[in-house]
Amino acid sequence: MGFLGEVPRMPILNETIRNLYFHVTMWMAMLVLMLYNAFYGILYLNKSNLYYDLVAEESGRMAMVFGAAGLITGMIWANYTWGAPWVNDPQLNGTAASLLIYAAYFILRNAVQDETKRARLAAVYGIFAFVMMIVFIMVLPKMADSLHPGKGGNPGFNKYDLDANMRMVFYPAVIGWTLLGAWLTSLRIRIRLIENKNNEQ
Amino acid sequence: MGIAFSQYFRLLKHEMTLEFKNRQALTSLLVYSLATIFISYLSYRQKLDPVSWNALFWIIMLFAATNAIARSFLQESRGLQLYHYTLLEPSLVILAKTSYNIILLAFLGFSNLFVFSVFFELPVQDFLQFLIGLLLGSFGLSAVLTLVSGLVSRAQSTAALVAILGFPLLFPLLITIIKFSYNAIEGNSWAVNQPNLVLLIALNSIIVALSYLLFPYLWRE
Repeated sequence: MGFLGEVPRMPILNETIRNLYFHVTMWMAMLVLMLYNAFYGILYLNKSNLYYDLVAEESGRMAMVFGAAGLITGMIWANYTWGAPWVNDPQLNGTAASLLIYAAYFILRNAVQDETKRARLAAVYGIFAFVMMIVFIMVLPKMADSLHPGKGGNPGFNKYDLDANMRMVFYPAVIGWTLLGAWLTSLRIRIRLIENKNNEQ
Repeated sequence: MGIAFSQYFRLLKHEMTLEFKNRQALTSLLVYSLATIFISYLSYRQKLDPVSWNALFWIIMLFAATNAIARSFLQESRGLQLYHYTLLEPSLVILAKTSYNIILLAFLGFSNLFVFSVFFELPVQDFLQFLIGLLLGSFGLSAVLTLVSGLVSRAQSTAALVAILGFPLLFPLLITIIKFSYNAIEGNSWAVNQPNLVLLIALNSIIVALSYLLFPYLWRE
């Protein structure tokens, strides 16, 4: 359906509009995972249970995977529609910056040896990073001209070109990628729990 | 409330006395920015256009700020931290440190601006607006870097980690502040700059609120 379904023929966009099913939806999965990271950070600070820290770490890791995947699919798309893989667009810069923030998050995790202290410091940084990232990819692009739809005078997608056929793929794709992210994260968490158990023996 | 206020001012005074007793640190900061600006002058050797002037000024401010604030927790001995720990509210400690760093950074910013205007011609048209931008920028830089410095001191790591952790967090703030001061340099009216001003104030309040809420978790050992 995603590859063969009927899509509106738009000038410039043409068939590349199918990338909407990958690029945008991976992005949303990343946001959900980052929300998880911040949420479990708050839970850890309140309850001091190391399991929450494990969930936070693994969802942060998976968010980076999805972020990188979304960035790459976006760059392929941009190469065909905007003419270059990297244009000076606030949203692009914002996502690159948020990937850097999460890279720093993992550097911090590696720098601390003690488990509980690492969990606490990472939680504090993760919450701070999440808020800054929201500012970066939600607020700043609205204030500047962006090539993305719905910003800087560009029409939004949902106005006319996301027709009924596309919605039929788009919404399940959002749910699908998010669930895939959650599933992969839960697999990682279970592996880590087993590893912990083995190490204790 | 009254006790909290007097504690806050006492901490602030304590920080200032420490700085004054150890004037070497302040001098080294000033020399550091002076040397950086002189190096950029030698590398450019020409009049800068407003865009580069603005970018260069803020990049130098960023490095000066990292240098100045990275030591704010790292220089304290463990004994002193334990002493504070038994006596004081953690949120007061972070507020006092942040305010002290704001004062320090604003001072550094003014001195940087002065040295900058000696070496590079000053293109600023709306000076009041630029100064307000400088103050707001120092505010945000200090608030973020103070929290990060506290975090790094808990991680028992080096000052290099402050830059690694702090820079990505500072991106949104720096982009806004550069936009704001560029408008000031071009002499645009307040109405043009208003969205940036609102965003800066909002960002600064978010940062301070977050460090007020999160610091107590760093504090307990």
